[in-house]
Amino acid sequence: MQLIFEKSQPGRTGFKIQNKDVPAKAKLPENLMRKSDIGLPEVSELDVIRHFSGLANMNFCVDTNFYPLGSCTMKYNPKFTEKAAGFEGFSEVHPLLPQLMGGGVLTQGCLEILYNMEKLLNEITGMDAFTMQPLAGAHGELTGAMIIAAYHKNRKNRKRYILVPDSSHGTNPASAAIAGFDVIVIPSDRDGVMDINQYRKHLNEDVAGVMLTCPNTLGIFNPRIKEICEMGHKVDALLYYDGANLNAILGKLRPGDVGFDIVHLNLHKTFATPHGGGGPGAGPVGVKEHLAEFMPISKVVRRADGTFCLDYNYPKSIGYIAPFYGNFGVIVKAYAYILMLGKSGLIDVAEKAVLNANYARAKLTDCYKLPYDRKCMHECVFSAEKQKQNGVSALDIAKYLISRGFHPPTVYFPLIVKEALMIEPTETESKETIDSFIEAMKDAAELAEKNPGIFASMPDNTPVQKPDEVKAARDLDIKWSN
Amino acid sequence: MNYTPHTDEEVKKMLSEIGVGSIGELFSDIPEEMKPASFNIPEGKSEFEVLRHLQDLASKNSVSLTNFIGAGFYSHYIPAAVDAISSLPEFYTAYTPYQAEASQGWLQAIYEYQTAICRLTDMDVSNASLYDGGTALYEACMTAVRTNGRKKILVDAGVNIIYWTMLKCYTSNLSLEMVKIPLKNLRADRESICRHIDDKTSAIILQNPNFFGCIDDFSDIAAHAHKKGAAVIMSVYPISLGALKTPGEMGVDIAVGEGQSMGIPLSFGGPYLGFMAAKKELARKMPGRIIGRTKDRQGKDSYVMTLQAREQHIRREKATSNICSNEALCALRAVAYLSLLGKKGIRDLAFINLDKAAFAKEILEKIPGVLKVGEPPFFNEFPVLLSINADEVVHSMIAKGYIPGLPLGRFYKGMDNHLLVSVTEKRTKEEIVKFAESLEAVLCN
Amino acid sequence: MEVKRDLLYTKEHEWIKIEGKTGIIGITDYAADTLGDITFVELLPEGEKVSQFQRIGTIESVKAASDIYTPLSGKIISVNTKTADSPEIVNSSPYGDGWLIRIEMENPGTEQENLMKPEDYEKYLKTI
Repeated sequence: MQLIFEKSQPGRTGFKIQNKDVPAKAKLPENLMRKSDIGLPEVSELDVIRHFSGLANMNFCVDTNFYPLGSCTMKYNPKFTEKAAGFEGFSEVHPLLPQLMGGGVLTQGCLEILYNMEKLLNEITGMDAFTMQPLAGAHGELTGAMIIAAYHKNRKNRKRYILVPDSSHGTNPASAAIAGFDVIVIPSDRDGVMDINQYRKHLNEDVAGVMLTCPNTLGIFNPRIKEICEMGHKVDALLYYDGANLNAILGKLRPGDVGFDIVHLNLHKTFATPHGGGGPGAGPVGVKEHLAEFMPISKVVRRADGTFCLDYNYPKSIGYIAPFYGNFGVIVKAYAYILMLGKSGLIDVAEKAVLNANYARAKLTDCYKLPYDRKCMHECVFSAEKQKQNGVSALDIAKYLISRGFHPPTVYFPLIVKEALMIEPTETESKETIDSFIEAMKDAAELAEKNPGIFASMPDNTPVQKPDEVKAARDLDIKWSN
Repeated sequence: MNYTPHTDEEVKKMLSEIGVGSIGELFSDIPEEMKPASFNIPEGKSEFEVLRHLQDLASKNSVSLTNFIGAGFYSHYIPAAVDAISSLPEFYTAYTPYQAEASQGWLQAIYEYQTAICRLTDMDVSNASLYDGGTALYEACMTAVRTNGRKKILVDAGVNIIYWTMLKCYTSNLSLEMVKIPLKNLRADRESICRHIDDKTSAIILQNPNFFGCIDDFSDIAAHAHKKGAAVIMSVYPISLGALKTPGEMGVDIAVGEGQSMGIPLSFGGPYLGFMAAKKELARKMPGRIIGRTKDRQGKDSYVMTLQAREQHIRREKATSNICSNEALCALRAVAYLSLLGKKGIRDLAFINLDKAAFAKEILEKIPGVLKVGEPPFFNEFPVLLSINADEVVHSMIAKGYIPGLPLGRFYKGMDNHLLVSVTEKRTKEEIVKFAESLEAVLCN
Repeated sequence: MEVKRDLLYTKEHEWIKIEGKTGIIGITDYAADTLGDITFVELLPEGEKVSQFQRIGTIESVKAASDIYTPLSGKIISVNTKTADSPEIVNSSPYGDGWLIRIEMENPGTEQENLMKPEDYEKYLKTI
């Protein structure tokens, strides 16, 4: 489709700025003025609407397609949360208001939401304090890593290392590195969980923290998780819980109960806020009491008279991770979601998520290799190794699934499984949707056996087919020039 | 209310396929002693009840006051079409476009966003966006450090104080030296800046308009910095580029900023939009996602996420950044906004902001009790020196129905009587006149 | 996987050809094959002094970015600028036109013991 720039007609406009109603005319020195052309489109409002509607038609999305993307939790985004976030009383509020004298009274509703969210998330995870500031999951991980650094600095301990399992998400080691740590990778054992002997071997006084996902990125729960936390605490290492997979354990297990010191959550995963094509998200971080003093400022507190205000009195705080209080517009949606589901609803999420994933697992074991042959939690990882013997890779299967109208599962993650296909149906999908997906997967396996050559032409019904990524990286055409 | 569709019948069928008797069995790996110590979440409600509760909370926030506060986050009118586009479910319920064939709409939209940012800023390349203007500024610093290997970062004191605080936070565990260079008459002190730039300097960070609304031309500083091998990073207010000299025209290496003013609501602090644009040579050093144009198997133009080898999911601890998400939906709003306003609109918008602020200055200067207005030239924001404490003035003005501005004493020593006032196109002539009248009443009591 | 007889190898899949006091450095056929289509090559500039196994650059493909390390210490005296415009020559000719860096060596003598002879590298490849 043509670019919006290519649809320009000189002189056409899409929006009228209001008429100037002031007599004044600002006079600025020439050298401060823009001389260059402003190369923005000249199009009408209808042009813009048609253009972006046309682009929209070329996307898969949860509202139209099943998205069993492992580790992403692509559950349905309830529409009423959009309505809530759009209330003028939320969207029009300037973030500096509560920092003005007499301004707190203008933002009691927003402050109450932040306060209530903290309480709810504490209870859901078993932690003592939450900050809503981190603007995404990876941002939450960075916040957590910085809190670990602050804790040890405060105790005057120079600890260099963070341990992560080899199945970890790439953001874990990347975040640890930005917080100034070196990363040691611990291999997984035959059962797919972190090798406890290797873990023990590497745990020493120099280890500042351990970052774990539970269940792990293979969808497998490690029943020795409490022991792992205790071992870490013995060397004064902090245990960090990557909440990407919280969907599997809502109401069934709380990271705070089993020994984790810090958690981050992904509101755009577990708490159903939309993925928005890649953002915005939110990654709130929770800690146990002994780490509360290091949390980013400010914190919302409730006064004796029931009103809310901001507390900046945290001298040991790591500072400002975000300009204000977090992605409030996203937080409102998650808050609404939690209130809607309530206690039984949240527990039901975990139960149905795990049910759906195990169902998919059970139905696919006869045609795909299951590297860890045991029940999974909310996601399961298959390998397309069998199919690869006929030259059909996980990516080939993914492209075939697209032509069948399914967004493919996650491929090539976690790194420890060759030709990985990670399937996370989520709890909002029905049995018949999963059944039709399983049928497509079975067809793919059959084609891999009987007609492997067909994958080269997949997907065969999308606007484009197999864009040349090598060319993209070499040419680096990332901006249009006419 | 749950969003799980399963009937009891279906659950039974599924359990039997799996080979277990109950859902509980699927959780049998979790030992009894690890079950939650408590889970006191209130029971779920209906959509009506939840929305009523939220409506109630929304009404406890005041949006009826006339707003004259900015400080980097501005109240501009957002065209309805922007909301319509970002509400399309094919955009907002989609995932990150890793599977190109299933996401050409998103990929092309972001490519257009990258193009729009480059054209607005006169820079060569842009990424797919970052979380906000502050993290974008930090990422720009790290890009400079990665490129020239030096460890000292100079920050002009005109850079948004909130961003300075964020920079200190992010770099606290890294071996970097952050040096703040004080202003002279609320403007960049070029003599001091140029004196500070040496061969240990990785980058100098400037902002235009600066936190106090003052406009400048940093071409001279940029030239000097380049002679010493240092990079020049500039944080810019995108709307101002409809009228003001661009980072590209000044020879800046990396332009970043807060994109909230391009069609994104204030929303009590987020979500916002960090943009980053740079010179060609820095394309491969920029963090975050980047969308590239290429040909597909049939020679058709198509779009893909490119340069992923730099990102966290491949390079892990050696990644250029830990960023996983961008602010795709906010970037979509920005490109829709810039397309609607277009070449002429963005220019008109910038000039109307300039004119309204100029008008406000004239009116405010006449008030007894207002000792000084701004340090011209400025864009749409300026500090006002009052005869009394600015915090108290704010308190009184709120009672009269105005958010008069940001009192600066909280952030800057010795500026207790200063108020930072912002005037956008949303403020009518009448509102500005009445604002001045109320301010006069407060000052003269 | 081609393993040339007149070169020495490292565990990170770099090769070095010693010509008197000069060494020519590149990546092996195995490395190029594993990376896939190479999209970008970044190398340290001429004049840089490097010590054995220090990082001398990065090679990017669509799926990975791999650091490369010098097999021996020395000073970089020339860099293959062709790889900037045509990174694909590293794939098509990793031992020939796809060479990366030329160094002037200081004392290759003892350092060479840390490198693998062709037979040893071949054996090593079988273990991966």
